Amino acid sequence: MANETRKFLPSWRTIDSAGTVAVPGSSEKFLTGDWRTERPVWKAEACRHCALCVPACPDSSIPFGADQRRGGFDLDHCKGCGVCAAVCPFGAISMIPEGGLK
Amino acid sequence: MSGRTALLSGNEATAIAMRQARPDVFAAFPITPSTEIPQYFSKFVADGETPAVFVPVESEHSSMSACIGAAASGARSFTATSANGLALMWEELYIAASLRLPVVMACVNRALSGPININNDHSDSMGARDSGWIQLYSENAQEAYDQFFIALKTAESVGLPAMTCQDGFITSHAVEPVELLEDGKAAGYCGTWKPGRTLLSGPVSMGPYDGAEFYMEHKRQQSDAVSQAFEAHARAVREYGALSGRLLDPVEEYRLDDAEYAFVLIGSSAGTGKDAVDRLRERGHRVGLLKIRLFRPFPAEAIARALSGRRAVAVMDKCDGFSGSGGPLAAEVAGALYGTPAAERPELRPFVYGLGGRDVWVEEFFGIYESLRNPWAADAGRVEYRGVREEAPV
Repeated sequence: MANETRKFLPSWRTIDSAGTVAVPGSSEKFLTGDWRTERPVWKAEACRHCALCVPACPDSSIPFGADQRRGGFDLDHCKGCGVCAAVCPFGAISMIPEGGLK
Repeated sequence: MSGRTALLSGNEATAIAMRQARPDVFAAFPITPSTEIPQYFSKFVADGETPAVFVPVESEHSSMSACIGAAASGARSFTATSANGLALMWEELYIAASLRLPVVMACVNRALSGPININNDHSDSMGARDSGWIQLYSENAQEAYDQFFIALKTAESVGLPAMTCQDGFITSHAVEPVELLEDGKAAGYCGTWKPGRTLLSGPVSMGPYDGAEFYMEHKRQQSDAVSQAFEAHARAVREYGALSGRLLDPVEEYRLDDAEYAFVLIGSSAGTGKDAVDRLRERGHRVGLLKIRLFRPFPAEAIARALSGRRAVAVMDKCDGFSGSGGPLAAEVAGALYGTPAAERPELRPFVYGLGGRDVWVEEFFGIYESLRNPWAADAGRVEYRGVREEAPV
């Protein structure tokens, strides 16, 4: 961890006891997108909005609107597991390598 | 029930202390020799003598989990176990401590397998010595009763779990006179636990993932709480002494004043050891005994004070640490003495005795004393087993 980051974090004297998180919904603030080694790519033109991918996503990273249509991936939280691509019957999701070595 | 002297086993005395301490939840799974404690307690529940909820669970993994869940909700929570049951609680022991939940457990010491054995030694709770629990060891049923209250008070003042330990069968099942507190006095001493945040106090997440950026700060906090436990324990002891007339300091010195030699040990064998000291004193030998009650946190300073200046001390462990140089008590006492000036530092000899219920006699102490007075036997190795058969019968 970089030193400049460290100085903004609480000391052992001030940090919440036992790591208890006292506010609701805080897991959204924990960005897990940088864990990804593969990125899902959504081909909107091939998508039939059947929503099979939505409940399959373990990171709740596929938004599905009141208009019964899905939106683009939440890449701040998607860990790139690829389950969505595997369950899609229409080939509307593909996985591509994430950055790094080409 | 009013203040009176009753004939009780260590288990029954402990169960009475637990009822008087007014828990909200008691979760336990039976295991010899601690089984009687939940048995007595469940009778109190059935007879309407306590409003506590008794949770019969399917394992000790579950009993400790139930205590953690209950304590996380702000409930005063107790359990009891022994040996393999304690071993099955292992990961939860660490979780209770790191979540800073003052669960209080009565551990009735029994050999931890194997080979399978149901009798007393300290191999079960000694394995848990670094789990973050406060540990108090008792010599007899009276101490087991008294120290349960002290453990609770200490635990709740610093936010750490505590276990009281008594020797299986020797203390847990032998019946002796025990002076009880009046219910009202006991309740007054215990007061009510005032937890911080609980699962019921609002939206909270307890026990979430703690990454490298935060984990060490939480361990440092935990370490600080352990340090505070010395003072909290001393306070609890003082208040309990004022209430009961019985003072249960972290260590008990027995005829140590002018002693050149000393036995250092834990638990019920201290009674036998004191008898041995008396008999040796009658013959003019300057020998005493140091009994350790508080093992976590470890009262290193008090021990160093009590032992420095002696010629030699025998540190007697009722379990082998398998370090090649004795049990945990020997290692910790050696550590405590390291800070004393070399000229004042006694020779320390580690002994292992009483494993798996092997009896220890007054004569055993005489033998250890003889060994202390003589140069360390060349074949003794770095630790000497006592009460073990060395020769096959001819």
